[in-house]
Amino acid sequence: MSKSVLVDITRCIGCRSCMVSCKSWNDLPAMPSEFSNNWDSPGKLSADTWTNVSSYVLEEGEQLKWRFVKRQCMHCNEPACESACFTHSFVKTKEGAVIYKPTELNQDYCVGCRYCMIACPFDVPGFQWDKAFPYVQKCRFCYDRMKEEGLEPACVTACLTGALTYGERDEMLALAQDRMSKDLRYIKHVYGEKEYGGTSWLYISDVPFDQIGFKTEVFNRPVTQKAIPSLTWDVLKWTPYIFVGWGALLTAMRAYTKRRAEVHNEEDLYGPVDPKE
Amino acid sequence: MYGRNWSFRITWFRLLMIGFVLIAAAAALYRFVYGLGALTNLSDEWPWGLWIGFDLLCGIALAGGGFSTALVVHVLHKDKYLPIARAALLTSLLGYIIAMVSLFLDIGRWFNFWRPFFYWGFHSVLFEVFWCISLYTTIQVLEFGDIFFEKVKFPALKKILGYMMTPLLILGIILPSLHQSSLGSLYIVAIDKLYPLWWSMLIPFFFVWSAFFLGPAMVTVEGTLAARAYGRDPELPVFQSLTKLTMWMMIIYFIVKMIDLNYRGVFGMAFNGSYESNMFLIEMIVFILLPIFMYAIPSIRTKLWGVVTASLLVVVGVVFNRMNVVFTGMAKSVGGSYFPSIWEFLITIGMWSALALAYLFIVENFSILPKEEHTHSTHTNYGTGFNA
Repeated sequence: MSKSVLVDITRCIGCRSCMVSCKSWNDLPAMPSEFSNNWDSPGKLSADTWTNVSSYVLEEGEQLKWRFVKRQCMHCNEPACESACFTHSFVKTKEGAVIYKPTELNQDYCVGCRYCMIACPFDVPGFQWDKAFPYVQKCRFCYDRMKEEGLEPACVTACLTGALTYGERDEMLALAQDRMSKDLRYIKHVYGEKEYGGTSWLYISDVPFDQIGFKTEVFNRPVTQKAIPSLTWDVLKWTPYIFVGWGALLTAMRAYTKRRAEVHNEEDLYGPVDPKE
Repeated sequence: MYGRNWSFRITWFRLLMIGFVLIAAAAALYRFVYGLGALTNLSDEWPWGLWIGFDLLCGIALAGGGFSTALVVHVLHKDKYLPIARAALLTSLLGYIIAMVSLFLDIGRWFNFWRPFFYWGFHSVLFEVFWCISLYTTIQVLEFGDIFFEKVKFPALKKILGYMMTPLLILGIILPSLHQSSLGSLYIVAIDKLYPLWWSMLIPFFFVWSAFFLGPAMVTVEGTLAARAYGRDPELPVFQSLTKLTMWMMIIYFIVKMIDLNYRGVFGMAFNGSYESNMFLIEMIVFILLPIFMYAIPSIRTKLWGVVTASLLVVVGVVFNRMNVVFTGMAKSVGGSYFPSIWEFLITIGMWSALALAYLFIVENFSILPKEEHTHSTHTNYGTGFNA
């Protein structure tokens, strides 16, 4: 039973209520705004901003189209951050949330190496750069609300226009297909259905995804559809065999060549350097 | 010579280096109190910077001389390379200590550094890197213990170490082979971030292979520097016969690289005129093909300047490659900009100064470099080594 949110770009009016409710439910400090040449504020995700709405103005002939994209952790089905972490500070719960510092037991195992930030294909995790003992922070799908009270995430509750719909992942995929078949304005693509092995957050839109900041192509090829952990595992699984095989080969070579080599007394070969020479 | 008192000559240059170490220590203390943001230019876009890219990745790669020399001398028993064996071990050990120190500085929650020993996150590449690097550093300390107890007499311990030496030597080759490659595997997760000229499922091979062929070149550069500093004769014959190994390994590296680029259909990207493609071409032409040719031509290879220049190109080339992976190849996809702050540079300079000082102290007090008569030196102290 994996929970999911369907984001319908056509219904978002860019009011940012989701951002406010996220900050207040998760008790996150406000970020002072800076002047910038776009409409976003603060413009990007960080340790204190777990969701952010970006604005896009698209020109279509005479007409201007405004589109707003809410971003947060995508909650991958097979998260790269989870596989990258060597202290298991990220966990994909059975409910579908990818959470940092998941249990009482291992909540303080993170060493702050930031490999999760390198690994994340969506550049989501933020680091507390200003803290002496920093944590990595990101959206946790309001796991506390989901788990203990059966509530939908704070941002979904706050959404006024029905741009966000919360439910089971297969139901959300069906809902997306339903909307796309009834309204031909939609692009025939559910972003998050297959990208990086699929994500819990899904997007549908009436404008091409690459025009509103989604990663659809990188280096002139479509984004990977394989789950990133499986790529790493394809290499890592050879480790024990290399260890044993290479070790046996080295031992054999050492034994074989030793018989032919003369024995040296190393103490006669080397000496300290006298710098005064 | 044994039983001689400890000595460390102080020169102006050494005082300068001690000054750098002190500045770095103060800056490191500041970083521990006020966090990484206070001192570094790292950001959410650039979580890894100079310390990981240069001190860790290059420090470990440059230490590759340790395991390639160990393989040649102690496994294949090519005794003509014995004169450089201990120096290679020492540089490697110091390189690993630098890498560990920079890692410790770089991780945010440094007091948790030991956690991965008890948490078996074997699905993470970093887990393998962490275990192999810590174990291998320990092994190198033990291997060095064998040398240490030649001077500091402690026969019982030396005997125990003697028994352990064969398994230690074998492990001391397996572990670095594994983690040199997994330092490359770290970037497999960056599949849609790292520029395809560098990203590859074969990146672990490229990392371990280049760390291995870098070894002899590093030994050559370092041996020449040491010879200069102490007015000794460089081990030219040893350097020359090492070039064959390096050259063939580099040719294989180049061929595999070309096959890999073709197989993934990104060969054309090397010539698309982008910043990345130009950096890649420099890496391949100046730092791979040029040294291969220099090593191949006898009239260059047999001269000291020739072998040293070519080796220097190989060493700089591996650093260049690691920098391309960490910075050049990632720049387009992560956005934002990063240039290390003055403090990041000062801490790096301090750490490498500490390495140089430690090297000087150790070769002046322990038996690391071959005795002069072994190198057929013309110095007046001919023969004193046997009498000491």
